[in-house]
Amino acid sequence: MNKTADVVVIGGGSIGCSTAYNLARLGFKNIAVLEKGYICRGSTGRCAAGIRQQWGTEMNCLLSRYSIKQFEVMNEALEYDGDVEFRQNGYLMVSYSEEEEKMLNSNLSLQKKLGIPVQILTLDDLKEIVPALNTERVVASSICMEDGQANPFKVTDAYFQAAKRMGVQFHTYTEVTGFRRQGRKISAVLTDKGEIATSTVVNATGPYAKFISQMLGHDLPVEPERHQIVVTEPLEPFLQPLVVNFFHKTYCQQVFNGSVLTGYGDPGERKGINYSCSWEFARQICIKITEQLPIMKNAKIIRQWAGHYGISPDGQPVLGTIPEVDGYYLALGCGRGFMLSPMIGELIAQCVAGLQTTLAIDILSVDRFAKGELIVEPAVV
Amino acid sequence: MPEKTIICRCEDLTVEEIREWIDKGYDSFEEIKRICRIGMGACQGRTCRQHLIAELARESGKEPAGIDVSTFRPPTKPIDFGMLAEVKKNEQNC
Repeated sequence: MNKTADVVVIGGGSIGCSTAYNLARLGFKNIAVLEKGYICRGSTGRCAAGIRQQWGTEMNCLLSRYSIKQFEVMNEALEYDGDVEFRQNGYLMVSYSEEEEKMLNSNLSLQKKLGIPVQILTLDDLKEIVPALNTERVVASSICMEDGQANPFKVTDAYFQAAKRMGVQFHTYTEVTGFRRQGRKISAVLTDKGEIATSTVVNATGPYAKFISQMLGHDLPVEPERHQIVVTEPLEPFLQPLVVNFFHKTYCQQVFNGSVLTGYGDPGERKGINYSCSWEFARQICIKITEQLPIMKNAKIIRQWAGHYGISPDGQPVLGTIPEVDGYYLALGCGRGFMLSPMIGELIAQCVAGLQTTLAIDILSVDRFAKGELIVEPAVV
Repeated sequence: MPEKTIICRCEDLTVEEIREWIDKGYDSFEEIKRICRIGMGACQGRTCRQHLIAELARESGKEPAGIDVSTFRPPTKPIDFGMLAEVKKNEQNC
């Protein structure tokens, strides 16, 4: 391990690897990524792999819109020797009530204003696009065919490989235990494998972010919320778009190899890191999914796992510096880290370099919570 | 084992492919499972687990007993959505 670094990135998920790659591209020479497990061990490797633009706040829409442009050319841009498996199969948003319909419509006008090709579906269109869907309770639905999915392991690997080629040092199985400070400045990152002198730190640890912030005496209101997912054996293709259901709060998609992946998180559950799988989730997801897609009754679940969203008070990412400490940057997707990782990596690298950012991200700084300037994202599931 | 031998039948992975991933630095069970899906198919590792352990042991010079395997996740055997959906809340311990 090098004794010094120009920038230390904490977290070896999609955002950490993307940030490291983007920093290297901007000319930073001595970059260290610290990961307490292995690459993709945390939220990226456990996520549902969906990528969508259909959000209800301008920043979420723009971040995902710009990210999708990067996913489209990722294999070439990162000179990846594999395939990140980006597929634009669409995202279908389904509502069962007039209240949800209202939210859908208001999100839709924002999305259209921002140039996102989204459309409201008639019941006939809906039945044609997903013949397997039970439409009895559907009040309204929208679709965006630019949305889709990618393989989180491969996307992260693509950034990881590209960053390594550019000289980024990756230290896996290396856990951050604290910091050394000089007043407002950071002077070193302490780990269980030794100490790295640096004045610049990027926190890309998703649901663990508040624990890293705590080591700096910073109170970060981003809480880990457990989500669980089940996956089936590979099935014949029957479900083109990913289906988000606002009533059930579920997401369900058929991935590249034919497996169906579906899950949700219980917002009522006590916040915290919890990787255990619950029986009640397995039972509930089966009830929720067989109601939406009766054909799934005969599909076999082969595996269940858990991961986390880092939930922010307004459902938007938390990006950029904090008022109390110099050289400390938050790079948190807050429940959509994977899908926004291309842009979050780019923006944070620009911030660290002192450049103008591609998108103005001031409104996503952590101060907004103290100032009460929250813009709440309504379309989270 | 011949290089073209398939050691993961769910994902059609050969010994050669596994060795390539190990050479790229994916040298633990958890990492290699995630990057190439070995053990993630319908059999959930029942066939390939021992073979991957043997490969990792060979590449690292460790004893097979010293290789960490990936987490064993529920369900133990594949189970239908329809069957679980019909279970009543209090029947879970039957």
